[in-house]
Amino acid sequence: MRIACPYCGSRDAREFLYHGAADPERPDPAAADARSRFTDYVYLRDNPAGALRELWFHAAGCHSWLVVTRDTRTHAISGVVPAREQTKSASPEAG
Amino acid sequence: MLDKTRSRLRQAFRLDGGGLIDRATALHFSFDGRQLTGHAGDTLASALIANGVHLVGRSFKYHRPRGIFTAGSDEPNALVELRSAARREPNTRATTVELYDGLEATSQNRWPSLEFDLMAVNSLFAPLLGAGFYYKTFMWPAAFWEKVYEPLIRRAAGLGRASRLPDPDTYEQAYAFCDVLVIGAGPAGLAAALAAGRAGARVILCDEDSRPGGRLLSERCEIGGEPGHVWADATVAELESMPSVRVMPRCTVFGVYDGGVHAVVERVSDHLPVPPPHQPRQRLWRVVAKRTVLAAGATERPIVFPGNDRPGVMLASAMRAYANRFAAAPGRRVAVFTASDDGWRTAIDLAAAGAEVVALIDARPAVAPELRARLPGVRLMQGSQVVATAGGQRIGSITVRSGAATETLVVDSLAVSGGWNPAVHLTCHLGGRPVWSENLAAFVPGAGLPPGMTVAGAASGALTLARCLTDGTQAGSDAAAEATGHARKPTTLARSDDEACAISPLWHVAGSTGKAFVDLQHDVTADDIVLAHREGFGAVEHLKRYTTLGMATDQGKTANLPALGIVAALAGRAIPDLGTTTFRPPYTPVAIGALTGHHRGKSFRPTRRTPTHAWAEEQGAVFVETGPWLRAQYFPPPGETDWLATVSREVRTVRSTVGFCDVSTLGKIDVQGPDAGTFLDRLYINTLSTLPVGRARYGVMLREDGFVLDDGTTARLAADRFFMTTTTANAGRVYQHMQFCHQVLWPELDVQFTSVSDQWAQFSIAGPSARELLSLVVDAPFDVSDAALPFMAATESTIQRGVPARIFRISFSGELAYEIAIPARYGEAFAARLMQLGRRLGVTPYGTEALAVMRIEKGHVAGTEIDGRTTARDLGLGRMMSSKKDCIGRTMASRPALLDPDRPAFVGFKPVDATARLRAGAHLIPCRAAATAANGQGVVTSVAFSPALGHWIGLGLIARGPQRLGEIVRAVDPVRGGDIEVEIAAPCFIDPEGVRQRG
Repeated sequence: MRIACPYCGSRDAREFLYHGAADPERPDPAAADARSRFTDYVYLRDNPAGALRELWFHAAGCHSWLVVTRDTRTHAISGVVPAREQTKSASPEAG
Repeated sequence: MLDKTRSRLRQAFRLDGGGLIDRATALHFSFDGRQLTGHAGDTLASALIANGVHLVGRSFKYHRPRGIFTAGSDEPNALVELRSAARREPNTRATTVELYDGLEATSQNRWPSLEFDLMAVNSLFAPLLGAGFYYKTFMWPAAFWEKVYEPLIRRAAGLGRASRLPDPDTYEQAYAFCDVLVIGAGPAGLAAALAAGRAGARVILCDEDSRPGGRLLSERCEIGGEPGHVWADATVAELESMPSVRVMPRCTVFGVYDGGVHAVVERVSDHLPVPPPHQPRQRLWRVVAKRTVLAAGATERPIVFPGNDRPGVMLASAMRAYANRFAAAPGRRVAVFTASDDGWRTAIDLAAAGAEVVALIDARPAVAPELRARLPGVRLMQGSQVVATAGGQRIGSITVRSGAATETLVVDSLAVSGGWNPAVHLTCHLGGRPVWSENLAAFVPGAGLPPGMTVAGAASGALTLARCLTDGTQAGSDAAAEATGHARKPTTLARSDDEACAISPLWHVAGSTGKAFVDLQHDVTADDIVLAHREGFGAVEHLKRYTTLGMATDQGKTANLPALGIVAALAGRAIPDLGTTTFRPPYTPVAIGALTGHHRGKSFRPTRRTPTHAWAEEQGAVFVETGPWLRAQYFPPPGETDWLATVSREVRTVRSTVGFCDVSTLGKIDVQGPDAGTFLDRLYINTLSTLPVGRARYGVMLREDGFVLDDGTTARLAADRFFMTTTTANAGRVYQHMQFCHQVLWPELDVQFTSVSDQWAQFSIAGPSARELLSLVVDAPFDVSDAALPFMAATESTIQRGVPARIFRISFSGELAYEIAIPARYGEAFAARLMQLGRRLGVTPYGTEALAVMRIEKGHVAGTEIDGRTTARDLGLGRMMSSKKDCIGRTMASRPALLDPDRPAFVGFKPVDATARLRAGAHLIPCRAAATAANGQGVVTSVAFSPALGHWIGLGLIARGPQRLGEIVRAVDPVRGGDIEVEIAAPCFIDPEGVRQRG
């Protein structure tokens, strides 16, 4: 498999480390139900047959965390963007 | 004997003229010790045939004599052990081995000799060895399986022997990139590569054969008025003249992967006795292609009939190849048994080569008259079938049934043609499913082709030469245009003729008796398939596993479709309704060595050496592997032979005077930016943003699930600059985690960091005289006095007249200690300098072993305690957790189960009997309880012999440990047999008040 890193170009998938789904967002630790939301965040993942946004780390390249949109049925990759341009996560102190 | 001598001298079955062999070059080789000769351009199989050798092996289960069946990589029978000693390779297909001078080959699976094989009595036990025999025959008594049945079966039914010696050859791996990859250099592939190359595309053309041309080398055909092989040579010459084209013979594309990646094995040196200097034996390519043209051709399939496995029975196309390409006569009295027009061509070619064609047996009731006209003078038996064969080590006669009549014909070989199977394998590697072609009676590529792949020529079902050329040209031209974006160029086509290729499938000569083999390599017969169907294992995937059909090294290339034909008839269903088994890589067997490449033995992964490695070697250090690192474990001086004595001496020296240790393997990360403190607060359970400049602090970080990830010391060098360290083992992981936290979780934080592990050599200088030694190396006016550099202080200075240094007054040993970081290139000189300057003080270098002893004496946690299953609370570090801020893992660490007071918690242990040896890994069991897993309360994680205390000590985790100090429990070590009483103690054994490190 090849992943088109926005910084390095098309590179072999062996240069990257896989992390899993990109969409689960780190919960607000101050929320009343923080523990159950963290349990979901840490342990629960969807397993879609189709497009999945997932995180890859370009370990043998530019050290970017990338959000790769991959079809789990065909492995076809429809998009790669740097994670830092994607995520709008609540900071821990928020709330 | 006379005949053998003659054949040795002049290759009795070599045709007088023709062929693509180099008759001027004689190559000597041996088969089972017999000295034979062949020519350059021969395969081992063609050379054996030229010498009249047809018996080349014994079959898997029944040890029946077997001969050469094909002329290519689909060969099920002619498997030999090639070469000898460490280079001996089993199950090598004689049909693909290029002959070289001095080649040694040995037949397999026979005892005591190929001609006289005692194991052939297995045929008498055939009823026991039928389909599913593994599951049925050897069931009882159970104890017999391991001791009797399995060794018996393994000895009786096996293929070749592996050499058991280390492989002396090397293997390489490489990448290649192209616009168009063409797989197969037959007529379609050559035409495709030519069209794509002329269009200006970057083309790679791979073919498994040593010589491009495919069937053009084996057939008597014409392209543009010239023999096919002449056109092939001219085309290859033109391709090789193009700078953007790479022709790669001896290259098998064995797998297709996502993103246009193709796995290709190149047999760089297999055609030579040994690889030339600095050349690998094989090279694994990853070819990344924008477009792929699959032109892998088709493989002929046999007809299943009784006695179809006798040496001398051969695929019809293989006979043509041996006669036309290799000028080797497969026989002198030949019969052809065919269900298609294709078999006729073999009869025509063999007659032209001078063989006597005894009969052409066509199962079809009628054939086209023009075909008949091309074979005058040969007896035609239409609507007939071969129902039996006879002969010892080679076929001697066949019995033909025509209607009600049977007749026996004397022959020395029999060509069989059951039609053609397009080589669809690679089209299925990404989940594609082939579809049935009624016209060809074969599967052809269906939906779900790998993205970017088109199929041309025989592989797509276009079997005739003219269609291969048009098809290939079109596919190559389209692929080049799509890959490059250039406009299509008009292409000129060489003229050729369409040959007849009609077929009426015949899978199995029904109603016959005697063994009729479907899978020659695994000895699966038509009866086995009938039995499997009767017993309910008729579904394709069941059939395969129950009978082992198609599971041999050839993956049933000649067997699978006839088997489907038989099952379809039994089930009364159509073949396409049954489906096929899944085609997976590799297309043909690949040596593990090629997949491994250079990553073997010590090269499995890089070895990392510390900056002082060469110096430590000079000091006689013993090294230990810690992850990828080689570190000095201890430094035995001459005469000190007991490692424990050396380690204890190093510890005593540090605790009484001074020692130093290379700790450069620690992960070092330079963290900078206005938000650096905030960022570190979110990583560590404790607070680092409050750390004053010039101070260092120990920190613990968790994973998001609440378990400890790592620990280490962080120093603040400026308001916006921190220098943090990680453990050696987790350096990469922590860095990746930090990148995740910054890029994914908190990109809004203004912080930058980079690993500087390799840039800094770091030393621990420890012991009562550490300050004195340090003061000898630090430049004036830097002050290392306790007032200027108190415990947990950090400073930047220079040493040895200007070498930049960072000095941290931190202690892992519990002594007065410093860690000093200097640019890595000075590491080796610095170690030597410390030895020189410290001699007067009695300095010793110490290794990882003494380092570990001292940290265990001090009760510091390390990798055996931070094993991914312990929380900060378990390790007695729970109070470090700040209540004023969030951090990674904080919420999950507060889960009730992780706060359970019965969880094993960190304590120390000392043996009740001071002479007893503690063992790491021992299970902790209450004194009067049985030593069972259910009674386990914890484990000993680290042990050391404490020179100061004079006995073994340990660290570990035990339920409610800190509340049980003084209690006696058992440390049971079932692996090494220890069972001793130990007292639970506070984890710090030396100077618990920490007076020395503050000294």
